[in-house]
Amino acid sequence: MIKRSTFKSGYLPYLLILPQILITLTFFYWPALQGLSQSFFLSDPFGRSSKFVWFYNYIELFTDPLYLKSIVTTITFSIAVATVSITLGLFIATMANRALRATALVRTLLIWPYAVAPAISGILWLFLLHPSYGIVALTINNWFGTEWNPVLYGKDAMIMITMASSWKQISYNFVFFMAGLQAIPKSLIEAAAIDGASPFKRFWAITFPLLTPTFFFLSVMNIIYSFFETFGVIHTVTQGGPGGSTNILVYKVYQDGFVGLNLGSSAAQSVVLMSLIILITFLQFRYVEKKVQYTG
Amino acid sequence: MKLKHLVVIAVGVCLALPAAVCAEPVTINWWHAMRSARGKVVDTMIKSFNDSQSEYVVVGTNKGNYDEVMNAGVAAFRAKKQPHLLQVFEVGTQTMMQSGAIYPVYELMSKAGFDIDWSNYLQAVLSYYMDADGNLMSMPFNSSTPIMYYNVSMFEKAGIEPLSKTEAITWDKLGEITKKLVSEGIAPAGMVTAWQSWTQLENYSAIHNTPFASKANGYEGLDTELMINNPLVISHIERLKEWTKDKRFMYGGQKYQGPKAEFIAQNAAVYIDSVSGIAKLKKAVSDFKWDAAPLPVEASMKKPQNSIIGGASLWVLNGHSDKEYKGVATFLKFLASNEMQSYWHKETGYFPITMNAYNDLKAKGYFKENPLQAVGIDQLNRAVPTKISRGLRLGYFVQIRNIINEELELVWNGKKTPKEALDNAVKRSNVQLRTFEKTYE
Repeated sequence: MIKRSTFKSGYLPYLLILPQILITLTFFYWPALQGLSQSFFLSDPFGRSSKFVWFYNYIELFTDPLYLKSIVTTITFSIAVATVSITLGLFIATMANRALRATALVRTLLIWPYAVAPAISGILWLFLLHPSYGIVALTINNWFGTEWNPVLYGKDAMIMITMASSWKQISYNFVFFMAGLQAIPKSLIEAAAIDGASPFKRFWAITFPLLTPTFFFLSVMNIIYSFFETFGVIHTVTQGGPGGSTNILVYKVYQDGFVGLNLGSSAAQSVVLMSLIILITFLQFRYVEKKVQYTG
Repeated sequence: MKLKHLVVIAVGVCLALPAAVCAEPVTINWWHAMRSARGKVVDTMIKSFNDSQSEYVVVGTNKGNYDEVMNAGVAAFRAKKQPHLLQVFEVGTQTMMQSGAIYPVYELMSKAGFDIDWSNYLQAVLSYYMDADGNLMSMPFNSSTPIMYYNVSMFEKAGIEPLSKTEAITWDKLGEITKKLVSEGIAPAGMVTAWQSWTQLENYSAIHNTPFASKANGYEGLDTELMINNPLVISHIERLKEWTKDKRFMYGGQKYQGPKAEFIAQNAAVYIDSVSGIAKLKKAVSDFKWDAAPLPVEASMKKPQNSIIGGASLWVLNGHSDKEYKGVATFLKFLASNEMQSYWHKETGYFPITMNAYNDLKAKGYFKENPLQAVGIDQLNRAVPTKISRGLRLGYFVQIRNIINEELELVWNGKKTPKEALDNAVKRSNVQLRTFEKTYE
């Protein structure tokens, strides 16, 4: 039985959660509502004239083929980033979990990239992959005679920003998988080994199912990361180009709102972006979470 | 103790009623985007103004880059805490003009009792910031224009004569030059360009006196439409596309960093960028000789028009007292003085805004000693600006430039033909222009 402790006075619990509620209201609900109302207006940035236009901003967005393309780009990009960084994070974590010597050092070094800001990670990768001065790019172009050029070709640019964004996220995923792996009782795996299960079989039958809560958590976090925080990478590496091929939604919000000062449209874009994230998270909880095993 | 109390009270009163009681100087706030070396130059100019008189104190604050300064101004205006002067980049001109948040400079100057002879200013600079009736809305501050840099060492190797600093070569000639350089293996690629919309479309159109947009490039009405899908511009982009096939033209990225790096690394022999590139190249290039020439023109254009400027201007914001505005006007007048203008030009390479300052520099032999600096100014002054070459006045210009960049990139990577891309750029930009129009109608 779970032991429940209760408050004696009726208002104390409300008082205790009040600060949290106030913070959420001020920093989340209030701006979100402001954004929602702004999306129905066409307004001058200086706030001197504002015109209610119903769904004009939304209609403009959804009749713009490039906006629809930007949604597809964003989803492709976030799936790519999540897949690459979760797979590699898990792979490295299983390897590091078996490390025999200097475990602490190995683990610390593997966590380091997470401390690098996305913008800097972008610049680092640009120095490796730029067609004119990137060491890696020059090498592969010389050796294999390829025409790798992320400044010109959309696909190459997409690969580059996916690498730059996944790289630092791998460390983040690594930390969680590591913790997950440590929490799996050794006895289970040993018992399976005695029964003659191969290492691969042990991984699939025991480790993997026990890691599903971590997987689930990380898939949500990685999607959100690739939707929002990769802004820095895009801004420093491609600025949404070439030809709009890396123009993800959050970058477009910034360009139209912050630089271009079209507040109505960027508010509408923020609302669409927010709805999209709510939808994806909802779907994840609705369908994916069912497959998660929380207890071992 | 008592004395201390008195001092405290006196200071308190001074803080509460500065102007009335204590005859403190009037503070003028100026938010700008000038950092590092340029920021220091601005600070020096402010200091010399503050030292020159005791009535006003100008306080300059760097609020980040251009978009950050504009956003800071917008936010401050909404909170009624706006500065007196705000530096805004040229693409924000239409937004500022329509905002109703500004005090036009021509009005400010005449109300303050300063009789300014506007004809003494560089017309190609002023006209970018005038309304359709020729009234100056904001004070030009940092203005530049694109010119063409070239690698002299490579030219010499190929036996090509150095280019004239005043007479523009034709695009056909540039084609021959780059062909020679590339086919003889002297240069890996011919030409690169920074800011492709500004240099290859906006300036190209102005120089050839071809409208960029209807309604006199937007000066005469918000119902303007882009016109860049005309045969002249299409054939120019087709030519550049053609040149990419044999590397006479190489696409180096949207802004200036990529193309500049290609030129410095000698991957490209010709580089089109703003005159502000002079200072950057002087610092970065040590292993080859380079020089600059005016932008190429079409052979059919016997008398090319002026090129247009880029940069930023100073806007006076509404909501301050007459006394403060008098200070702002005094400061703007001070900035336009010969001494300040030549200092600004020498330190930063941005153009002096008055003919006086220009002639003064010329008389002192400055342009003889620094012939590179004359290339841009001469290109700007070679003709009287027409309604088409005076500038561009478009709403959501930032978005339009993004659209143009996107569409051009699709030309360079072969996804679209120049005509398709420019048609689409016009179509998409017009949607932006209509939204802008709808906001202010």
